[in-house]
Amino acid sequence: MSEKKEYKVIGTRPIRHDGVDKVTGRAIYGADFQITGLLHGRVLRSPHAHARIVSIDTSRAEAHPGVKGIVTAEDLPAAEDKMADLGEGAVSLKYLCDNILASDKALYKGHAIAAVAATSPHIAEEACELIDVEYEVLPPVLEVRQAMEPDAPILHENLRTSSLGETGDKPSNVASHFQHKKGDIDKGFDEADIIIDREFVTGTVHQGYIEPHNATALYNPDGQLTVWCSTQGAFTVREQLAEILQYPISKIKVVPLEIGGGFGGKINVYVKPLAALLAKKTGKPVKVLMNRADVFEGTGPTPASFITIKMGATNDGKITAAQTSLVFEAGAYPGSPVGAGAMCVFAPYNIENVVIDGYDVVVNKPKTAPYRAPGATNAAFGTETVVDELAEKLNIDPLEIRLMNGAKEGDRRADGPVYPRIGFIETLEAAKEHPHYASPNGKKYHGRGIASGFWFNIGLESSVTINVNPDGTVNLVEGSTDIGGTRASIAMQAAEVLGIPAESVNPTVVDTNSIGYTAVTGGSRTTYATGYAAYEAAQDVVQQMKARAAKLWDVEEDNVQFADGEFSSINGKEEQISFRDLSARLGETGGPVIGRATMNPAGAGGAFATHVVDVEVDVDTGKVEILRYTATQDAGKAIHPSYVEGQIQGGVVQGIGWALNEEYIYNDEGEMTNASFLDYRMPTCLDLPMIDAIIVEVPNPGHPYGVRGVGEVPIVPPPAAIANAIYDAVGIRMTELPMSPDRLLKAMGKI
Amino acid sequence: MQAFEYIDAKTVSEAVALLDDKGEKARILAGGTDLIVQAREGRRTLDWMIDIKSIPEVNALDYDSETGLTLGAAVPCYRIYDDDAICNAYPGLVDATKIIGGTAIQGRAGVGGNLCNASPAADCIPPLIVLNAICVIAGPNGLSEISVEEFCTGPGQTALAKGEMLVSLKLPAPQQNSSSYYLRFIPRNEMDIAVVGAGASVTLDEAKERIVSARIALGAVAPTPLFAEEASALLSDREISDDAIDEAAQAAQAIARPISDMRGTSEQRTHLVGVLTRRALNGAIQRVKDTA
Amino acid sequence: MARKSHVQTTINGETVEFLCEPRQSLLEVLRDELHLTGAKEGCNNGNCGACSVILDGRLVNSCLVLGAEIDGKSVETIEGLAEPDKLHPIQDAFLENAALQCGICTPGFIMSAKALLDKNPNPTEHEVRYWLAGNLCRCTGYDKIVRAVLDAAAAT
Repeated sequence: MSEKKEYKVIGTRPIRHDGVDKVTGRAIYGADFQITGLLHGRVLRSPHAHARIVSIDTSRAEAHPGVKGIVTAEDLPAAEDKMADLGEGAVSLKYLCDNILASDKALYKGHAIAAVAATSPHIAEEACELIDVEYEVLPPVLEVRQAMEPDAPILHENLRTSSLGETGDKPSNVASHFQHKKGDIDKGFDEADIIIDREFVTGTVHQGYIEPHNATALYNPDGQLTVWCSTQGAFTVREQLAEILQYPISKIKVVPLEIGGGFGGKINVYVKPLAALLAKKTGKPVKVLMNRADVFEGTGPTPASFITIKMGATNDGKITAAQTSLVFEAGAYPGSPVGAGAMCVFAPYNIENVVIDGYDVVVNKPKTAPYRAPGATNAAFGTETVVDELAEKLNIDPLEIRLMNGAKEGDRRADGPVYPRIGFIETLEAAKEHPHYASPNGKKYHGRGIASGFWFNIGLESSVTINVNPDGTVNLVEGSTDIGGTRASIAMQAAEVLGIPAESVNPTVVDTNSIGYTAVTGGSRTTYATGYAAYEAAQDVVQQMKARAAKLWDVEEDNVQFADGEFSSINGKEEQISFRDLSARLGETGGPVIGRATMNPAGAGGAFATHVVDVEVDVDTGKVEILRYTATQDAGKAIHPSYVEGQIQGGVVQGIGWALNEEYIYNDEGEMTNASFLDYRMPTCLDLPMIDAIIVEVPNPGHPYGVRGVGEVPIVPPPAAIANAIYDAVGIRMTELPMSPDRLLKAMGKI
Repeated sequence: MQAFEYIDAKTVSEAVALLDDKGEKARILAGGTDLIVQAREGRRTLDWMIDIKSIPEVNALDYDSETGLTLGAAVPCYRIYDDDAICNAYPGLVDATKIIGGTAIQGRAGVGGNLCNASPAADCIPPLIVLNAICVIAGPNGLSEISVEEFCTGPGQTALAKGEMLVSLKLPAPQQNSSSYYLRFIPRNEMDIAVVGAGASVTLDEAKERIVSARIALGAVAPTPLFAEEASALLSDREISDDAIDEAAQAAQAIARPISDMRGTSEQRTHLVGVLTRRALNGAIQRVKDTA
Repeated sequence: MARKSHVQTTINGETVEFLCEPRQSLLEVLRDELHLTGAKEGCNNGNCGACSVILDGRLVNSCLVLGAEIDGKSVETIEGLAEPDKLHPIQDAFLENAALQCGICTPGFIMSAKALLDKNPNPTEHEVRYWLAGNLCRCTGYDKIVRAVLDAAAAT
C-alpha cells in the first residue's frame, strides 16, 4: 500500500463538480430555500448573561398583526434528565433542550428565550420586542479560574464534579476532571537538566463561517417533519431533532442544502428545532435565519482556556518529561473539547513520562462547540511555545529539537494509542529543506518562528451508492455535505477505481431518506471515510460488471479481469470491453448495476503539520505583520492537491486570526461587546501574504489510497509559531491569545 | 428593522421643510452606510428617511486652485479619490476616504455623512479640521456656515438645529509648500474603526526646512474629534526636527481623554496619540518635500 | 407598516418592477422579492461583502442600500455575469484556481473582482488585496482567490 503508485485521476486537479453552480450564484444554500406559504421566524434572546426567568408573557406579541405563532421552553416536550445518544457521544437531554430554549435560567447573553413566526421577518422581529420577560438578574462568571473559586456564582445547582471516577458532593462549575498518565513523571523531571514551567491563557474564538445558521421546517398533517437547512451532517440533525422534540426518527427527513462554512460550528442545532416547533404550531412552513449577532451570541464558539505546561529536557535536547493542566471553558453547559486537547497536547513528541490533567468548566458564555481541531490549537500554543523556549535555552535549532524528539511509528501517545506509520518527521524535514527556512532573517524587529501540530482525525460511518449510466458515466450518491470540495475528492476516488475521468462521476449529496447513515463532515473524515466508501462502492460496481462481462463472453467470473477501464478475459478467450461499452449493455445482461458500500473505518491515521512564519513587529503600535508563511503537512495522499492546499491555507489564516486579533470581548455584565464582523476582527486579504502550502505524502496504511484527513491540523501551529516569531523579533514571550496590539505594547513595557 | 417612510427629496428647500416638519424622527439619508445599520439595529429610532442624493447641491464636487474645494454633503468617497486634482490638493482628506470601510462602502459613504454621523472615531473629521473646512448648512432661515471643529458636539451629536442639514463643505485652496496627512491605528489593515486617528497639515518655508504653521487633529480620544490647538501652535515657525515633532506629539497626548472599550484601552490610545501625531506630521512634511 | 414603494429599475440589463417596503434593503428585494439569491447575507452591516452588487457601475453592499433607492438605476448581480453558454473569465479563473471552498462568499468576491477589473484591468497583488479587503472569506485564506483575480486580469 505504501509503494508509489501511478494514478490517472488521483493527484490531478479537475474542476469541482459543483463549481459552476457556485460561481454563478445558482447553488441553493440554506437561506436561499423557498417554499409556498412560508412564514418567517425570529428568536428572542436573553439580554443578561445570567438570570432566572421569572415569567414570560407573550400576549402582546401574539396580538401583533402578522404574528402566527410563538414558542417558549414550555412547547418543548418535558426534558427529563436522561442522556441523549447522538452517535458521537451522549449528552444530557435537559442541557440539550435548555440550550435550544431556556426553561428556568438564561445562562448567557444571547440564550434563546422564545421564537416567533410571522408573515415577514420584520414583523417577527417587532413581535420579539413585544414579549415581556421578567428576569431576576444573577451575577455572571466568565472565566474558568474564577468559575472554579469556591464562592463563584453557580450555573447549575445540580451539577457535581466528576473527577477521576468520583462524584463531588456539592454544586460546582467544574463538570469533570480527567487524567492521562504515562511513565513516571517525577523520574522524568529528575532526569532533566532544564525545566520550563509556564502558564498560558487563550481567548474565546468563533469559527466565523460567513453563512449564518438557518432552517426551514414543514410539518405535515400526516406527521412528517421535513427540515431544509445547511449543516455539517444531516443525520446528526435528524438525531438531535428526534431527541429534542421526542419525535420518531422515521418521521423526520433532513434535506441538506449547500452550506456556507462550518468548521465544527454547524454540527450542533440551534434554530432547526425552533423552526420545527413553529411549523408544528402554525401548520405552515417556517424559515428561521440568524443574523450575525445571533451567530456570535447564540451559537457555540470554541473555548477560552487556562493552560499550564511544564517540560523538562536534558542538555543534549531529549525531552524527558511533560506535564500539563488543561482548563477549558465549556460555556453554559458541560462539554468542552478538553478531551481532544488532551489527546493532542504532547502528541508530536515521544516523551516517556507524561501527566495530563483536563478540566471541563461551565461559565456564562454560549455552550462551546468544536472548531477545527477542537482543543488542539489551545494546547499547542502552550506546548510549542515551551518547546521553542527549551530549544533556545539549550541552544538547539527549533526544528532540530523537534526532529530529535518527534513521534514515529510504534511510539505510544500518553492517552493510549500507538502510532501507525505517521509523517511528523517528514513535515519537519520538508520545513528544513524549504527555501524559506534558509532565507535571511536578521532585520530589526523581524522574527521567525516555527511550531508543529497534531490532529488525530476520525473515521465514523459513511455510505455511498453508485449507479452506472448507459454512457459509461456514473451517478454517485453520498450523505456527506460538501463544505470545501469533497464532492470532487470523493468522486475522484470512485473514478480512479472505475478507470473513468473525474468528470464522468456525478456526485450528489442527498437527504436522510435517500442514503445510508453518514456521520458529519467533521473530524477531517470526509475525503478519508466517505472517499473510502466511494472506493468500496466502485469496487462493488467492478465486481458486478465483471459478472456481466462473464455472462457476455460465457466465461467464469473469475476469468474476467479489470484494469485501466477495460474488462478482459483471461485463460484462453481473447475478449475485451471497455467500462463504457459494457455500461451500455447492462440491460441485456441482467439489469442496472448499483454499487454500494457502507463503512466505519478505524484507520483514520493522524495528521501532522509544521509551520514557519516570518513577522515584523511595529514596536510603536504593537502590531504584528505576517511577512511570509510556509506550512508543511502530511496529507497521506492528496486526492485533489488544490483543495488540500486550500485546506492548509484556510486553516493557517484562521490560526493567524486566532493568534493576533480574534476573541470574544466581554464587559463586566457578561455582555459580548464585539458581536459583529466589524469588531470581531477576522483577517482580510490585506492582512496576509500568500500562504505556501507544502504537501508531504506519507501514505496512511488505513486507506486504500493512503489518504489522511487534512482539514483540521493546519489551524493548530499558527498561534505558537507566531508567538515564537514575535519572541525572535522583540525578545518577548507572549503567553496570552490573542497577541493583540495592546497586549504586545503592554508586554513590551510601552504602556 | 423598524418601519419608516422613505422620501426622495429633490431640492434643499424640500428637504429642509421635511426636516423642520418631522423633527427628530426624520434623518437625512446620503450614503446610508451608517444610518441604515443604525436603523436596522435599533440604535436610532426614526420615522422618516429623507434621501438627498437627487439634490444637485449635495452632489457638487468642484475644485479650483484659487478658491478651493466645494464638496457636496452626499459625494461618495470614490469620487474624491478618483479625482487627481483633489488628491494633489488635499491628500490628507483623500487618505481618509480611502480607508473608510471597504471598496463597496466607499461606493456609497461620503465625507458629509461621516461628519454628520459624528462618531468620535470618524476618519474624515481630523483631516477636515486640519484643512480648515467650513460647513455650509441649510435651514428654515437659509444658509449659514460654521467651522468644522464646531460641528460635532458629542458622540452622534452635531450642531445642526431642528430643520437644518449639511449641504456642503468648503475647503480653502492649499497654500504653497503645504500638505496634509491622515492615518489611524487599527489592528487589521482595513475594515476597522480607528482606535486612534491623527491628521496633520503643514506649511513649510521655501527651503522646506522650517514649519511656517501646522494643524493637528485627533480622532477617537474624546467625545468628539479634537483640534490639538496647543500642539499645533508649538510648531509655528519652527525648524523641522524630531524634538519639535516630539513636543507637538506630547502636547497632543496631553489633550487626549480616551475611554477604554472593545476597540482599545485608554492607555493604548494615549500612547498611540503620540505615535500617530509624529507619523502624521512626518507624513505631511514628507509630502511637501516630495512635491517638486 | 409604511406603504410600499413602486420601483422600476434595470437588473442585469432587464427592466424590472417591484413593490417594497421602505425598510427593505436592496439585498432583501433581490433575494425575497425577485428571487435572485446569488447575493448572500453574511453580516447585514457592510462588513463581509457577501452581498456585493454593482449599482450604476459602482460596487456596493446591497445590504446597505434601500430597495426604494434604486428606482431608475441599474444593478448588476452575479446572476447576470455569465453568458448562456460561457462563464465570465473571472468565474472561469475561480474554478481553475480552486478559489472557493464552501462558496458562500464567492458571488460577492466575483462581483467585487469584476468592479476592480472594470476599473483597473491590470492590478498588482497589493491592489487586488486592497480592493477585496471588504470581502471576507473564512475558508481559503485568500491565496487562491487573489491568484484567480490576477489570472483573470491576465486572461482579459
